[in-house]
Amino acid sequence: MLRTEEMLLNVGPQHPSTHGVFRLILKIDGETIKEAKPVIGYLHRGTEKLAEDLQYTQIIPYTDRMDYVSAMTNNYVICHAVETMMGIEVPERAEYLRVMAMELGRVSSHLLWWGTFVLDLGATSPLLYAFREREMILNLLNELSGARLTFNYMRVGGVKWDAPEGWVDKVRDFIPHMREQVKGYHDLVTGNEIFLNRVKGIGKYSKEDALNYSLSGPNLRCTGMKWDLRKNEPYSIYDRFDFDVPTREEGDVLSRYHVRFAEIEESLKILEQCVEQFPEEGPVIAKVPKIIKAPKGEAFVRIESPRGEIGCYIASDGKKEPYRLKFRRPSFYNLQILPKLLEGESISNLIAILGAVDIILGEVDG
Amino acid sequence: MSGEKDLEQLKKEAAEKAKAAALAKKKAREQQETEVSEAVAPAEDEDLAKKKAAAAAKAKAAALAKKKAEEQQAGSESEDREDEDLAKKKAAAAAKAKAAALAKKKAEEQQAGSESEDREDEDLAKKKAAAAAKAKAAAAAKAKAARAKQESPEAVGDDAKAKAIAAAKAKAAAAAKAKAAAKAKQEGGEASDDAKAKAIAAAKAKAGSKGAEAPVAEVKPSVNQPYLDKYVKVIEEHLGNDVLEDSYINRLSKDVPTLVAKRETYYKVVQFLKYNEQLGFDYLSELHGVDYETHMEVYVHLYSYKNSQSVAVKVKLDRDEPTIESLCPLWAGANWPECEAYDLLGIKFLNHPNLHRIMLGEDWVGHPLRKDYEPYDVEV
Repeated sequence: MLRTEEMLLNVGPQHPSTHGVFRLILKIDGETIKEAKPVIGYLHRGTEKLAEDLQYTQIIPYTDRMDYVSAMTNNYVICHAVETMMGIEVPERAEYLRVMAMELGRVSSHLLWWGTFVLDLGATSPLLYAFREREMILNLLNELSGARLTFNYMRVGGVKWDAPEGWVDKVRDFIPHMREQVKGYHDLVTGNEIFLNRVKGIGKYSKEDALNYSLSGPNLRCTGMKWDLRKNEPYSIYDRFDFDVPTREEGDVLSRYHVRFAEIEESLKILEQCVEQFPEEGPVIAKVPKIIKAPKGEAFVRIESPRGEIGCYIASDGKKEPYRLKFRRPSFYNLQILPKLLEGESISNLIAILGAVDIILGEVDG
Repeated sequence: MSGEKDLEQLKKEAAEKAKAAALAKKKAREQQETEVSEAVAPAEDEDLAKKKAAAAAKAKAAALAKKKAEEQQAGSESEDREDEDLAKKKAAAAAKAKAAALAKKKAEEQQAGSESEDREDEDLAKKKAAAAAKAKAAAAAKAKAARAKQESPEAVGDDAKAKAIAAAKAKAAAAAKAKAAAKAKQEGGEASDDAKAKAIAAAKAKAGSKGAEAPVAEVKPSVNQPYLDKYVKVIEEHLGNDVLEDSYINRLSKDVPTLVAKRETYYKVVQFLKYNEQLGFDYLSELHGVDYETHMEVYVHLYSYKNSQSVAVKVKLDRDEPTIESLCPLWAGANWPECEAYDLLGIKFLNHPNLHRIMLGEDWVGHPLRKDYEPYDVEV
């Protein structure tokens, strides 16, 4: 007679599908996962502690290294927090540059997610396509900021540099190209039966679960929750753009896939309008004091990153360094639901479910 | 006062302190050595040595208490010295720890020397401890009083500043809106939208200009004021008048209504905010702790999808014994953030399903985000 025994299985800390350092302790019975215990903290660098000895501008490079796949949104959230406290009005042109940078970042982030997600499922070639277009975006952002990943582009009150000549036109040319490619991606993967069999109907949760676990971003919108901070609590200049908040009702892995793809399209829409409305000239940074001192008090702001709601809390005692800085990191919150999703699942679904959460370990560990 | 100067002064002081500490250490060591040699001598000598040691310890404790009191006094004198204070506190803490270690060592030695007089020693230690506790309590009370005194005049200044900022902001927003509206008009946007935007811009502009005309002193109440009033009213209706310590609009944080709950009522208040039909704050957006040196604070940001409203709930905790009910029974999403607050700040959450050191690992010594954290490294 066959006899099965419960067994402990370590996934990670070094495992290709985690795209970082993340450990899962699985208790398995045959191929069924009985219990999953995530272990995090391998990439904890104490950003918040370090920030207590740094001036606000000096903290910005550290935010690049949290969510290193869409560093522009991280740049923005801390600048936005300080601006909110100090009551600084950011010049138009800077706002447009910021929004363009952030939306390009969102597209590149979703592209990277798509490429690696289907790579983990066994489709190796889409990654190359995803990286082809991502490379174009990184080149654009490189021209803008001088770096490919850790941009350090935004400043309190605006951005560091104006866009180089012809940059906006390059963005304009990029949009239709990207639209064309997205169609290609769908042809390549989305309708594929093997792919659908692996992602449809697994890792399901309801809207109530999503709210209970403080999920945000595509992880929340895949349950039919029409919620996007860009739309519902507009910051920067997002209230000027006409775009949709894509949602799905199913709440499974496939629905998250669709939401992210639809978000690429919406970001392209925003980029298009940005390019049209881009002010001819003007300053790219507001008049801010040389040494930035946030007034005494505290503030919490939140914005929409590709992974969900990223927030920044600053408690200031009026000095040039924050008294306490805290980031609300969406990956950290989103990952909490994983043990619940994995319980009772087959081990072959593990990678698809983990991949669909879309975590960046630099952000999880802070 | 410039930052560099501050820093230099701080450095100098730290150096001096280190020197003094080293000297004290050396002296202590010497004393200890003599004591050790004396311990071998006959019983009468031992008695003498003990008395001496006790006297020395007493003197040391007194000196420490004095120093502490002085420091706290100095701290209350001016806020600018906060940094200095911190350094001093740290030094004091280090000195204390050292003294404690020394005392322990001594006690051990003495115990080894003669066990008959253990009781006396114990008595002495008890008395000492009591005295130290008293001194500590007194100093704390003093510091608290000083702080309270200090805060009252400052609050006004801050308030005025915040108001001014708010006014400036309103103006700026109005300007931006007006600009946007004008642009939309130019481009021939939808008529209804246009009108709406215009109306809003006009209203905002009015508000802004009003703020500018009557500067600082009189600013119109925040748009969120009615919400705050409503929350407070509903909470007081259902939970009684004494569950909230404070409630205000945080002008710096996009005018978010902020409730400060009491430690005992914190869970009840948050539970009520979640389940009350009128309020319906069903989303935990953020939870973290802050070390304010005088106390710990837990900051919770909630959101109501039904009403599209945010609320911040804060609770102040005793810094030496920071414990608070966990929110895990209300939101599964509170699990990890609470672990993080426990790991980095040492706040204990009661009824938490699995409170562990999520970032640093169970063998880490201390809680790094505490302001008096001293890195511990076995190799140093």
